[in-house]
Amino acid sequence: MQRSEQRDEVEMLAMMLLIRRFEERASQQYQAQKIGGFCHLYIGQEAVVVGAVAAVRPDDYIITAYRDHGHALARGTSANACMAELFGKATGCTLGLGGSMHFFDKQRHMYGGHAIVAAHVPLAAGLAFASKYRNEDRVTLCFFGDGAINQGSFHEALNLIALYNLPVILICENNLFAMGTSVERSTSLKQIVDRAEGYDIPGDIVDGMNFREVRDKIAEVAASIRKDPHPAFLEVRTYRYRGHSMSDPASYRTKEELEKYRLDDPIIRLRAQLTREGKLTNEQFDVLDKKAKQAALDSVEFAEQSPELPVEDVYKYSYYEGNKL
Amino acid sequence: MREITYRQALNEALAEELERDPNVFLMGEEVAEYHGAYKVSQGLLERFGPKRIIDTPISENGFAGLGVGAAMAGLRPIIEFMTWSFSLVAFDQVVNNAPNMFMMSGGQFNIPITFRGPNGPAHQLAATHSHATENFYASVPGLKVCTPATPRDAKGLLKTAVRDDNPVLVLEAELLYSSKGMVEPPDEELLIPLGQAEVKREGSDVSIICYAQTVPLALTVAGQLEEEDISAEIVDLRSIKPLDEEAIYKSISKTHRVVIVEQDRPFCGVGAEVCYRIQKNIFDGLDAPIMRVSQEDVPMPYNEKLEKFVLPNADKLMSAVKKVCYA
Repeated sequence: MQRSEQRDEVEMLAMMLLIRRFEERASQQYQAQKIGGFCHLYIGQEAVVVGAVAAVRPDDYIITAYRDHGHALARGTSANACMAELFGKATGCTLGLGGSMHFFDKQRHMYGGHAIVAAHVPLAAGLAFASKYRNEDRVTLCFFGDGAINQGSFHEALNLIALYNLPVILICENNLFAMGTSVERSTSLKQIVDRAEGYDIPGDIVDGMNFREVRDKIAEVAASIRKDPHPAFLEVRTYRYRGHSMSDPASYRTKEELEKYRLDDPIIRLRAQLTREGKLTNEQFDVLDKKAKQAALDSVEFAEQSPELPVEDVYKYSYYEGNKL
Repeated sequence: MREITYRQALNEALAEELERDPNVFLMGEEVAEYHGAYKVSQGLLERFGPKRIIDTPISENGFAGLGVGAAMAGLRPIIEFMTWSFSLVAFDQVVNNAPNMFMMSGGQFNIPITFRGPNGPAHQLAATHSHATENFYASVPGLKVCTPATPRDAKGLLKTAVRDDNPVLVLEAELLYSSKGMVEPPDEELLIPLGQAEVKREGSDVSIICYAQTVPLALTVAGQLEEEDISAEIVDLRSIKPLDEEAIYKSISKTHRVVIVEQDRPFCGVGAEVCYRIQKNIFDGLDAPIMRVSQEDVPMPYNEKLEKFVLPNADKLMSAVKKVCYA
């Protein structure tokens, strides 16, 4: 492996730590009632989006569901802008207008944050349609949960994506639960990846707790798509440590199950791989973690200090070019 | 000016906008090889090719959403619904994704998309295929809704819709596709702004506010009223949202009496909103209570006689006009 790639892995580990520490702070601030609405944490799933982002170009399109904090952070949206959004502040990544479930960062090609389950899968088809229409070699990464695969819009979109042969990587972040309903209680298939077969889309299963496996698989698929546009489906097996949202104590699963996954933690795993290979010392890891904790803490301070939009601005965002109605 | 059909006018609008802007594409069920269920897209596949005139499977939610996504990435999709009754299975994309994106993204993503197709009751299509959807959609902030009644308006409004940077719904009318009217020659650019009503007939005794399929109805009734010495002014809204309130008030200032004739249902219908605004803003200008003529408040029956009874018709409109005129 090249030196630059080694550095990248450490950087990616730092990103996973940032997401973890950011989410812990978000949880704390939610409990302190600084954050309103719904708040779905990404803790446990960090290797999925960080691995994916590490595998593609910055101008590839990314679109996801409502558990989206990690996706924005991984794409480079600052912790400050993310936390300020949770606080509903004007310095947030959508000016405090979208909130936790609707993070967007156009400049970094992060196309949302979509909160109606699977309603964004047709949008992903549209993004990929646009790249193909313009003969660009961009890839669209469409993330969704295991809960999305039983929704009509998902099926309509998959058929369209396959029919038009669109350059989309469909990434199912299978964290085993659609809210509180387990995959076996919601899905007729033994394994989710088989959904892809019904649409003649090549599919694969990836260990979502292993950063390297996610990155390498997505890099391979993306390279193949760039050569010749086509869709692909990846069932990435992961686990969320927290409940579905902040109001969910997750009593539908056992402590033993959670502990089993915690032992397989994606951050611990990448750290161990790097340490074993002599690319990261314990001291270096501690510095990374300290930095992540500080960035998360600073983002709370930033969000606290930030202003809100004045109420009269509410009329500016119904129609583009002012509210001319 | 030359006389063409409403269908030809829409076809010209599509062709001109496809010609003008390579980012414009037309997508929907049967739009390409079949030339459109109502032949609105006749000849477009041959002229613009399969890359820009795209047939879809029967997946309204899927292709409406694909359009919204393509618009996020900078294209300008025209999405055809074979009828607006079928848009109901795409309601989430039209109501939740297209108009919310601009606010939700803090102003980062506007959605320049046109959704179009025939709307409102046609003839004996029964309950599932007869929806007049304008009141559903006009209630959603972020959407614009227009309802052309003539070939000229159909062409001018559709072209404007395609150029708008927001989601615009063009609610056409199946029963008007073959109607004829005078339209500027093709070499003359015809753009009709959204939110501009048009007085289709001048009058002095009563204002009849109408749109889409109720415009020809109102014009016919106006002719009959003339024989009874009642002079009706016909105000065609053309756009439901934005709504040209000034044009409404201007007409009422002259006539002091109003009947609203709409093709949708009475409860929460377009007329209810127009009526509220009139009483709020020009109450002193009224000499009689406002009357509304709409569908009966029932699902649409198939039986021809019953359907006729449910729809707004000339008798109902005549009697409403006479009531406000105390005639």
